[in-house]
Amino acid sequence: MVSSPAERVSVRKTYKLFIGGAFPRSESGRSYVVDDTNVALASRKDVRDAVLAARAAFRPWSAATAYNRGQILYRIAEMLEGRRAQFLAFGLDDATVDASIDRWVWYAGWADKLAQVYGSANPVAGPYFNLSGPEPTGVVGIVAPPDSPLLGLVSVVAPAIVSGNTVVVLASEPSPLPAITLAEVLATSDLPGGVVNLLTGRVPETGPWLASHMDVNAIDLTGVDDPALATSLEQAAAENLKRVVRPPAEPVDWTVDPGIARMTPFLEVKTVWHPKGV
Amino acid sequence: MTAVLPEVSSSGTSLRAFLHGLPGVDQVGAEQRAAMLATRSIKTTAKEWAIDLAIRMVDLTTLEGSDTPGKVRALAAKAKRPDPADDSCPAVAALCIYPAMVPVAAPLLAGTGVHLASVATAFPSGQAPLSVKLDDTAAAVAAGADEIDMVINRGAFLAGRYQQVHEEIVAVKGACGAAHLKVILETGELATYDNVRRASWLAMLAGADFIKTSTGKVQPAATLPVTLVMLEAVRDFRSATGRQVGVKPAGGIRTSKDAIRYLVLVNETVGTDWLSPDWFRFGASTLLNDLLMQRTRMRTGHYSGPDYFTLD
Amino acid sequence: MFEYAPAPESRSIVDIKPSYGLFVNGSFAEPTDGSTFKTISPASEEVLAEVAEAGPSDVDRAVSAARDAFDRWAALPGATRAKYIYRLARIIQERSRELAVLESLDNGKPIRESRDVDVPLAAAHFFYYAGWADKLEHAGLGPSPRPIGVAAQVIPWNFPLLMLAWKIAPALAGGNTVVLKPAETTPLTALVFAEICQQADLPPGVVNIITGAGATGARLVEHPGVDKVAFTGSTEVGRQIARAVAGTRKRVTLELGGKAANIVFDDAPIDQAVEGIVNGIFFNQGHVCCAGSRLLVQESVYDGVLAALKRRMAQLRVGDPLDKNTDIGAINSAAQLERIRTLSEIGSSEGAERWSPPCSLPDRGFWFAPTIFTGVTQAHRIAREEIFGPVLSVLTFRTPAEAVEKANNTPYGLSAGVWTEKGSRILAIADQLRAGVVWANTFNKFDPSSPFGGYKESGYGREGGRHGLEAYIG
Repeated sequence: MVSSPAERVSVRKTYKLFIGGAFPRSESGRSYVVDDTNVALASRKDVRDAVLAARAAFRPWSAATAYNRGQILYRIAEMLEGRRAQFLAFGLDDATVDASIDRWVWYAGWADKLAQVYGSANPVAGPYFNLSGPEPTGVVGIVAPPDSPLLGLVSVVAPAIVSGNTVVVLASEPSPLPAITLAEVLATSDLPGGVVNLLTGRVPETGPWLASHMDVNAIDLTGVDDPALATSLEQAAAENLKRVVRPPAEPVDWTVDPGIARMTPFLEVKTVWHPKGV
Repeated sequence: MTAVLPEVSSSGTSLRAFLHGLPGVDQVGAEQRAAMLATRSIKTTAKEWAIDLAIRMVDLTTLEGSDTPGKVRALAAKAKRPDPADDSCPAVAALCIYPAMVPVAAPLLAGTGVHLASVATAFPSGQAPLSVKLDDTAAAVAAGADEIDMVINRGAFLAGRYQQVHEEIVAVKGACGAAHLKVILETGELATYDNVRRASWLAMLAGADFIKTSTGKVQPAATLPVTLVMLEAVRDFRSATGRQVGVKPAGGIRTSKDAIRYLVLVNETVGTDWLSPDWFRFGASTLLNDLLMQRTRMRTGHYSGPDYFTLD
Repeated sequence: MFEYAPAPESRSIVDIKPSYGLFVNGSFAEPTDGSTFKTISPASEEVLAEVAEAGPSDVDRAVSAARDAFDRWAALPGATRAKYIYRLARIIQERSRELAVLESLDNGKPIRESRDVDVPLAAAHFFYYAGWADKLEHAGLGPSPRPIGVAAQVIPWNFPLLMLAWKIAPALAGGNTVVLKPAETTPLTALVFAEICQQADLPPGVVNIITGAGATGARLVEHPGVDKVAFTGSTEVGRQIARAVAGTRKRVTLELGGKAANIVFDDAPIDQAVEGIVNGIFFNQGHVCCAGSRLLVQESVYDGVLAALKRRMAQLRVGDPLDKNTDIGAINSAAQLERIRTLSEIGSSEGAERWSPPCSLPDRGFWFAPTIFTGVTQAHRIAREEIFGPVLSVLTFRTPAEAVEKANNTPYGLSAGVWTEKGSRILAIADQLRAGVVWANTFNKFDPSSPFGGYKESGYGREGGRHGLEAYIG
């Protein structure tokens, strides 16, 4: 006897964290409810584990060729294109999903151009070859925009990783489901595990652990709505002189051309001097 | 290391391996070190002392096709008594001339303490059969030269035939008898500081008493950085073997200021042990008059003029 | 013996006033609620001049002057701003001897360095940035670059005039106005620079120079009327500033401390590497954030390099900063001397072996002989903490990977040196070093077109080059 479609019991999806390329539950075993769905509630130990995964992934990801990173970001766009329906099902509109896919494509093309646009050959007054080139800063903590759970998320993650950084992202607290679904896209895109780590949960709880972590090199506070929290996170970040991107002064229109302004805060400029002689 | 060195020159292969294994010289770094030492300010008593020392280090030189006995006699007189108006002025270290002129100069310098240096070995090119070069040397020594300035075989060096270069120096040293041997590297043709370092070691391994930068017939001749590299080589050679070798920059050193810069270079690279005519010489001609002028200025307090010094 | 007779540069070129006021809105005036303090020569401890300490309302005044001048300055065509900045460069060149002598007197550094390095680079820095003032839209910072506003700039005592140039030149080129506080032990060349601003007819309020100590600096940085903060100094103070500006909209750049590794491989050009080691740590008495304070020498050539290094150190001439033959001058202050001594004692007590060449030091003034510690390991405090003096810690390594690992194993990341004749190795090692400036077969080279700044706790932001504009463009 076959059950009729109206009676079929669905297999519900469990939304877990994304750390080191895998989908673990929170080590705390906790969850919170969003749209009748249980979503993992990340703890400070999850933050710790995510930073470890990001640090381990940093060396190989930054050592990959720019071409390779570009191809992977493009693959992410391909996979996202194939999964449009899932994101539309969260209530996001076509334009938003389109823009998110296109944003991956746009950043994919930056991988092998950043050094040319942001580097320089410097005409020093002496017999030296002097070259400045951008390098990724390391592990970047990101607080994703709460109100733009896909396009805003992509717009803060892609520019950080295209140059070779690895990231630990605190997803939108009210709308975490697109973030975890995006993680599934990333997991099938040849993106090495640990390059992007995604934690769902309460930003006031996990944020301070990320902002004060001494093995995190930079922190993007774009998604922090509460000015007092933003200030305290920035202060915590000062302990190891993290590079800080503050929350925007005005609400951001994520559809606008971002320029290079979201890539440069996570780049270090290294200048090398070589004497020229026989 | 002393025990190692005789084996180094026992074969072309080991000689090559040794020379190519010496530390390289970074051109920019070496030139900057020399330039920095050239900013030393040598004044008053230090300057007086340096000028007198420089005069005593001059190998007063004439090496022209047009040299005649008359010319050489005039220069020999100058070598003995550089300042016609001042007996306190010291004599120079040596007179440096072609072998054909040695018989003219020898009787004039005998017993004066001024050495008689002769170039030899088909100076300046060295492009002649070895037998001719050895005869050239022997003739100069027989005529009375007590110092020989030879040229190395640059063609052989640049072609990597280090063993041949070595053997020729050894042979010339043999022909010198009691005369001391200066080996001219012709640094302008060696072109790189790495080559200058290698050629310096090669000459010292073969028995040179002095290593000399240039014939003066090729540009660039002596420069501060080239001399720096050679001084480093003699320093390291003495550390390795216990034997001290002298250094002679020649050609292009025209002013007292230049000469003093070389003395500073010696002072701060190899130290006091080399600050004497036994271990450091200037191959020069016009330098002497400038030294005399500066010496006179320091003694009298006012600037002098060329009319007060002899043009020989 | 070749004794170099004294070769003093004459002091008569510089006319030091008995006292100086604060330079606000184009003229000098007494502090309103501040007091005064003295600046001395660290070589002789003689008092050079009395200098004002800006109090809170002086800081307010200076920031207001900069704010009032901003709209007009920013509205000037870039080409006009360029011409003012070119004037500053030229006047520095015209008064170069006076500035060099004054710098050596106030700071203690040898005249050869202030004459041949500090002052020429300062002039070059203004010259370089003058040329950017009317080309900002080509700088890769967006099509319509705008100034940020009023910049608060706090600089250290180790390269007083040069650090002033590094701060003021790009700020002005970008259309900003500045309030700059020089270090309390080295205010004099900044005050003469203020006179140069007057000579150049720079519009009043565009550059304001207020002297003072830590309290003045903190007040300036925390002032609500300031849009941008630029600080060069210790990592500890850098941290405090980063905390203080949290939650504001002030942009910040920090150039902090370092503990650079100078790596010498077995195939290094040894004589030049030794020069580089000496230059790396003893230039400017080691008071250099990017000093090569850790020598990492490949174990297989350790003996030869050390012997050559000691021989070379014996040539270093410590003495009167105004003597043209001096290589190492005075330590900048009693406080700094105490710090260097304390850390050196810790080095010995932790088991490292200490060596200095024989050195006679003058009785008056603050002096420290050039010193090396051998047998140092990563765990020693003298391998981790910035000493900021003429003290070198010597460590060894076996392989390139180990050298890189040790070099990077520090919270700092300002600079590094690599010595090897092998080209591919230079490039590979430079790639892996986490440092903002890598010197290959050279050290301590600077140029206005070459960006300078750190990774990690050495700070963020770059000074010099096209990248140096970023800090001053909104």
